[in-house]
Amino acid sequence: MGEIHLTGHPASPGLAIGPVAVLTNAVASRAAKGDPAQEAAALKAAIEGAAMELAELIATVHGEAAEILEFQVAMLGDDALAEGAYEAVAAGTAADEAWRAALDAEIAGYRAADEEYFRARAADLVDIRDRVLAGLNGADAVAQISGDSVVMGDDISPSTFLAVDWTRGGAIALASGSPSSHVAMLARSRGAPMVVGLGPLPWNGQPPSLALVDGDTGTVIFDPKPETRRLFEHRMVAANAARIAADAGRLKPALTADGRRIAVLLNVAAPEELAGLDPAICDGIGLVRTEFLFEGSRGLPEEDAQYAVYRRILEWATGRPVTIRTLDAGGDKPIAGLTVDGERNPFLGLRGIRLSLARPEVFRLQLRALCRAAVHGTLKVMLPMIAVPAELDRANAMLDAEFAALRAEGIACARPPLGIMVEVPAAALCAEDFGAAFYSIGSNDLTQYTMAAARDIGAVADLNDAGHPAVLALIARTVEAGRKRGVEVSLCGDAAADTRLTKALVATGLTTLSVSPIAVARLKAAIAGVSA
Amino acid sequence: MHDANANRAAQTFATLTASAVLVNPVGLHARPSVKLTQLAKGFTAKIEIALAADGPWTDAKSPVKVMRVKAPQGATLHFRVAGPDGEAALAAMLGLVHDGFGEA
Repeated sequence: MGEIHLTGHPASPGLAIGPVAVLTNAVASRAAKGDPAQEAAALKAAIEGAAMELAELIATVHGEAAEILEFQVAMLGDDALAEGAYEAVAAGTAADEAWRAALDAEIAGYRAADEEYFRARAADLVDIRDRVLAGLNGADAVAQISGDSVVMGDDISPSTFLAVDWTRGGAIALASGSPSSHVAMLARSRGAPMVVGLGPLPWNGQPPSLALVDGDTGTVIFDPKPETRRLFEHRMVAANAARIAADAGRLKPALTADGRRIAVLLNVAAPEELAGLDPAICDGIGLVRTEFLFEGSRGLPEEDAQYAVYRRILEWATGRPVTIRTLDAGGDKPIAGLTVDGERNPFLGLRGIRLSLARPEVFRLQLRALCRAAVHGTLKVMLPMIAVPAELDRANAMLDAEFAALRAEGIACARPPLGIMVEVPAAALCAEDFGAAFYSIGSNDLTQYTMAAARDIGAVADLNDAGHPAVLALIARTVEAGRKRGVEVSLCGDAAADTRLTKALVATGLTTLSVSPIAVARLKAAIAGVSA
Repeated sequence: MHDANANRAAQTFATLTASAVLVNPVGLHARPSVKLTQLAKGFTAKIEIALAADGPWTDAKSPVKVMRVKAPQGATLHFRVAGPDGEAALAAMLGLVHDGFGEA
């Protein structure tokens, strides 16, 4: 087989070389079905194999992740789970069909629960179901993927991603997938190069053994010729040297070539991302995505659990400002038991602040937790998907009420300033009309709503250009509104980390950019190269 | 298997019952269910739970069945225990519920 070049979309920057590990699809059907005794034995082996894989996985994770997996192990180890499946197998059903039907019935029971906590558990049962199906279908399950591989597949789930140790230099190459998926965000924050939208993979049977992944340009080369590989390795060495040079400047404040100071903030999804990071690399945290607290299979988080997480982040920041975004669910971020299923166009539906105002009992809890955390540092709170000033006004009134209630209860609290995300063109055009304490431009959504093109729809992805003059004009208009009102304007979307755009963004008058921790060094190096 | 033992035990030992209110924030959710079943498996006695004093009763040693109960926060959890170590088992189960399953 000759060398194969595929072009997709870059989803996480960086270069990687590694052996190909193909993600197999758990829904693929089995080749052959044996008699009931063979089928029962196959099912038993697959269940035991899945439990062993999970046990191995538990040894590599801590805390909450380990507890989730321990629950799955306990469920798998309980004969009651497979009872119905074994009965169906004895009656002549194939093991995989029987297992799927039994687990689907169990999952339906969870989805029908009154309590959101139990409904959210359905995700664990789905994980269990698919892991056993993968075993039955002879597929290699997740646990065997080593962190130096190039993981290939149609798409990859967050739990699969999290099971791999990406510090070992691996990468991801997907036939479909999206640069704005949660996995892509995770890949960017962990520094794993990722390319999506490669299209159908052009081989039958034997997959390639080696791949070169270029997460900067969005290309992947399979089974490279020795010369191609040598050139790629040269590029990796050069990129590495540049990274080390940039890392050296990571702890210094960012200054443009003509001496303008640019504040560089961090985007984080969970306090774990801050472990081992020196707060000195940044001027604060520009975006804490809180939806990660709400998803997975944990159910809606309690006030105390939220407070504990917010407090940890504020304590890490040691006085630097921390901007926490209230729940931004909906759109491409569904949350079981909270977001609306089956909206015809979820990006234009009940998402972000709209959902929070529609579900005040959930929103209030988050506001209370934020007020309590605010005493532990410099907290700012921002609202996602704001379109009209009335939304900010209602949120402000709710925040006032929760703050007053906490004070009346004698609980330590402070009222954080409330700002808005500018990601709906209406908010950018009328930014001056909002009584916001600050503006934070969400360039991902602002770009897709301005250009009417989604990044994850390959046919129109090229239109989704954050550097388009229309998007830059809306950013400049927001910066101007902030200047007139005397409030801070920052930008926290992926455009901030795209160093090809740094010059254009600084030219709009922006002086604060927020990026994932992995991008800080590159961004500071890019800022140093900008002059008026 | 323990079930056979428990059945034999049930014939020879008095059945003990008691109840406790679920005070932990999320009810008999995943982590609490795992803790409860792990604790129950440490006893020879047959241990069952229910949301009402007259059942239906669920095997407290099966996490799958305990999760099917979907006991919410504030629910009263009834225990029915029979076996040679029944008293110790009941005390341990009640203690776990009173402590909120060790959750904050």
